[in-house]
Amino acid sequence: MLSLYLPILVILLAAAGLATIIFTLGVVLGPKNPTAEKALPYESGSPSTGARNVRLSIKFYLTAILFVIFDIEAVFLYPWAALFRRLGWMGLVEMTLFLTVLVITLVYAWKKGALEWEK
Amino acid sequence: MSGLVHGAVYGVLILAVVLTTSGLWIWGERKFAARLQTRLGPTIVGPFGLLQAVADVLKLLQKEDIIPAQADRALFNLAPVLAAFCALGVAAVIPFSPDVIASDLDVGVLYILGLGALTTIAIFLGGWASNNKFALLGGMRSVAQAISYEIPLVLAAMVPVILAGSLSVSDIVRWQVGHHMFALWPIVPGLPAFGIFFMAMLAESNRIPFDIPEAESELVGGITTEYTGIKFTLFYMAEYVHTLVGSAVAAALFLGGWDGPFAPGLHWMVAKTLVLFVSVYWIRWSLVRFRSDQLLTMCWRYLVPASVLLVLAAALWVQLFPEFL
Repeated sequence: MLSLYLPILVILLAAAGLATIIFTLGVVLGPKNPTAEKALPYESGSPSTGARNVRLSIKFYLTAILFVIFDIEAVFLYPWAALFRRLGWMGLVEMTLFLTVLVITLVYAWKKGALEWEK
Repeated sequence: MSGLVHGAVYGVLILAVVLTTSGLWIWGERKFAARLQTRLGPTIVGPFGLLQAVADVLKLLQKEDIIPAQADRALFNLAPVLAAFCALGVAAVIPFSPDVIASDLDVGVLYILGLGALTTIAIFLGGWASNNKFALLGGMRSVAQAISYEIPLVLAAMVPVILAGSLSVSDIVRWQVGHHMFALWPIVPGLPAFGIFFMAMLAESNRIPFDIPEAESELVGGITTEYTGIKFTLFYMAEYVHTLVGSAVAAALFLGGWDGPFAPGLHWMVAKTLVLFVSVYWIRWSLVRFRSDQLLTMCWRYLVPASVLLVLAAALWVQLFPEFL
């Protein structure tokens, strides 16, 4: 068991190390000559206008909520998918019922206009 | 203990190969795009311009590292490192042949999807910490797109899991090898699931036609607007690695992995991965960008219901025709 997870740890450490080394190299090798103008937010060379903490459309939050519903569904589905052969017909029927409820959720959200991003 | 050494050695080797391939492909893509547009591409640096990637990296290393005054410094610095880390980490459980694998993790598919989804957080961190409205908008769009396409991606990846009855990537490939189809059998849930997985993978790695987060014509540079030099490079590298590793995952889950006649398994796996990888860039240089709302509409109205149906179809197939599996 441990022999499965330890190599993963080695690779994750290698990946983190590699990313950090590249990052540090760039920071060390690059010139450092900061000025107040350079540190301004980029806006095509003109002084920045308007608030930077812009108000965002509600549709982003709707998308996030839909995602939570369906992603949790997926988490429920994975153990079922892996063990499906042992569960047989009963497993299929139960999961079909579960998925039906979710599809009804999607249809409801659709009818309520949660999927109308263009408006 | 030998398993650990074997895994660690192959793991580091795979990481090195993935990085080298991505680096070489900076040259490859420029040549490829140039041919599509009847140009020559890089020709000056080295033979056929082969050292172009080296020159690019050397140049980027020497660029000044600018952090905007009002940026959240810690998160601003963390984002590119996290992006590269997540993209590279996924390579750990991909089987390139029965032997060439870092770890045959028993929950490999979940590991891939989990670590792959973390990239979204890195991209959003970058957009948020920059304290620039273009970057923030790019980050928000990116999250909306990535989490939406996460659903069809996860559901499409479930089809091979149901058919093979295992979450280990090697087991799924071995199950496909048993059927000598060089692809996921049966065709009905297999092929559409591959299509959805590939599309969702394009969206997850922000590739055209799904490159809304960058959208240089409307958002300047999206999340990378405020990033300079090596931090920009890390984001860029993460994107290439993410695409390459995603192609490898698609090849293993849907295209039979190392399965194929006449040549060693490793060659087949590499060939399948590269064909998918190059097609991503072929699409990139051929198509235009979708609008943000078109993307989300396509995902939620078509891909999500379709992938739910595919999961049920796979389950039905297992129940009805166990003798054809």
